[in-house]
Amino acid sequence: MQFDSFADFINMGGYGFYVWLSFGVSAILLVYLGWSSARQHKTMLTQIAQRQKREQKLRQAAAKQMQEQGLKMPEVKPIDIPEEV
Amino acid sequence: MTNLAQQHLSYRAAFALVVKRDLTIALRHKDDIINPLLFFIIVVTLFPLGIGPEANTLSRIAPGIIWVAALLATLLSLDRLFKSDHADGSLEQMLLSPHPIFILVLAKIVAHWLITGLPLIIIAPLLAVLLHLHEQSYAALMLTLLLGTPVLSLLGAIGVALTVGIKKGGVLLSLLVLPLYIPVLIFATSAIDTAALSLPYSGQLAIIAALFFGSLTLAPFAVGAALKVSTN
Amino acid sequence: MWKWLHPYANPEVSYHFCGKLQPWFFRLSFLFLAIGLVWALAYAPADYQQGDSFRIFYIHVPAAILSMGIYFAMAVAALSSLVWQLKLADASAAALAPIGAVFAAIALITGAAWGKPMWGTWWIWDARLTSELILLFLYLGVIALHNAFEDKNLAGKAAGILALVGVINLPIIHYSVEWWNTLHQGATVTKLGAPSMASSMYWPFLICFVGFSLLTGAIACQRFRTEILARNSMRPWVRNLAIAQTQGS
Repeated sequence: MQFDSFADFINMGGYGFYVWLSFGVSAILLVYLGWSSARQHKTMLTQIAQRQKREQKLRQAAAKQMQEQGLKMPEVKPIDIPEEV
Repeated sequence: MTNLAQQHLSYRAAFALVVKRDLTIALRHKDDIINPLLFFIIVVTLFPLGIGPEANTLSRIAPGIIWVAALLATLLSLDRLFKSDHADGSLEQMLLSPHPIFILVLAKIVAHWLITGLPLIIIAPLLAVLLHLHEQSYAALMLTLLLGTPVLSLLGAIGVALTVGIKKGGVLLSLLVLPLYIPVLIFATSAIDTAALSLPYSGQLAIIAALFFGSLTLAPFAVGAALKVSTN
Repeated sequence: MWKWLHPYANPEVSYHFCGKLQPWFFRLSFLFLAIGLVWALAYAPADYQQGDSFRIFYIHVPAAILSMGIYFAMAVAALSSLVWQLKLADASAAALAPIGAVFAAIALITGAAWGKPMWGTWWIWDARLTSELILLFLYLGVIALHNAFEDKNLAGKAAGILALVGVINLPIIHYSVEWWNTLHQGATVTKLGAPSMASSMYWPFLICFVGFSLLTGAIACQRFRTEILARNSMRPWVRNLAIAQTQGS
């Protein structure tokens, strides 16, 4: 341990302001980056899910309309195109 | 028939054709040539008004002012390099033509430099007088502009090619391109400063020439790749 | 020889692989950073000239190294995406850019906070500081260009070209700035002799550096997965995943 007391540690031999400023700003920036990355991930997932729900609703509405008109809804199967690598 | 004729075009003829076409278009819209030039003059005029009319100060900062203004004027004019061609679809035609993109892109950049770079060089000594540039520095100013403005056009073309498909590409363009201009700025102003001290400045000129030839050989490839992405 | 890599070109496989890696990166980086930073702040000896302000070094230098390393990694990813048309390489370059920008910003801010007590001024047109600033501008350009495109595949390609142009220019900019600096104000700036460092200072630095690198890995994994989702949002596996994840929470 380089410092005798906690107050000494905070004071950093007179450079406390600069040392803690750099450490604080770095911590804030990195935590914000991590937090915003995690949040973006979550938003992306919710967006995709929401879009899917919207599409489903549209499909259901279309099916209902068709049923009222006595038509049959064409079956839609999701197609998975293999990823070209 | 045109297709057949095009296939017989040599690289040199294709190059000359594109340069001629761009020059003709530019000469029809004279505003496009005059406006960046006016901008250049006005920006340079603003500096003495902001800093003060003292001759010593002005002659000290003249190289920097002229070069920064030239940089900004080039930036302003870059937008036109591919924009109208992109809007009317002739850019896609160009990319689809059997000629190497390298040649066509280079031709467009050369035309752009003739339209915007050359007038800047011609007007620069006049502005240097207004800024009390050292008498020994005039040759250096002209030489650095002669070697440096093509680099600005070449590097700028990469930025324009990347942003041509974007609606609000103007501000973005400056963000992309200006950092790349820093070496030219540093060496050009340093050459002019050195010349003011009556010292040899061939070293700085050699480096600007190296930047010129380096960007001349590499930039058109990057522009071609960027145009392919932008037109998709 | 490289055949074992092939499955990871599939977005789904790499998505789940990075998902597995990410918590480990996080845990290890916290461990290393906790040890390294406490060591650096409390136990490492103060510099005989700079006193305790030297402790800024333990984040300043790793951040500076990482900001350059990440730019280089981004350029490598962009090159491989251009040469081999790897879509995932684009995604990784896009994931890395904001992290590199944050590290460049940290390097600049800590550099300023270190410069104030040492040089007496927050900012000095020192060659290293200036080229770090320009590096930050290059990062911001890449990020801005990436954000400007609606289509993320196009965005990745365009930003990749810019990153490549930047990586060619970076050494030129660095040396021109260094040269400019020595010409204009003389080499009066005292630069830190990094290699001749006592081992009591070197070890905490190394641990901090590893910790920051692992943190980069963790955040990169997170962002990379988001990029994969953005690029594959129409694929069934992504849709199923999105439904499952949003219902679970």
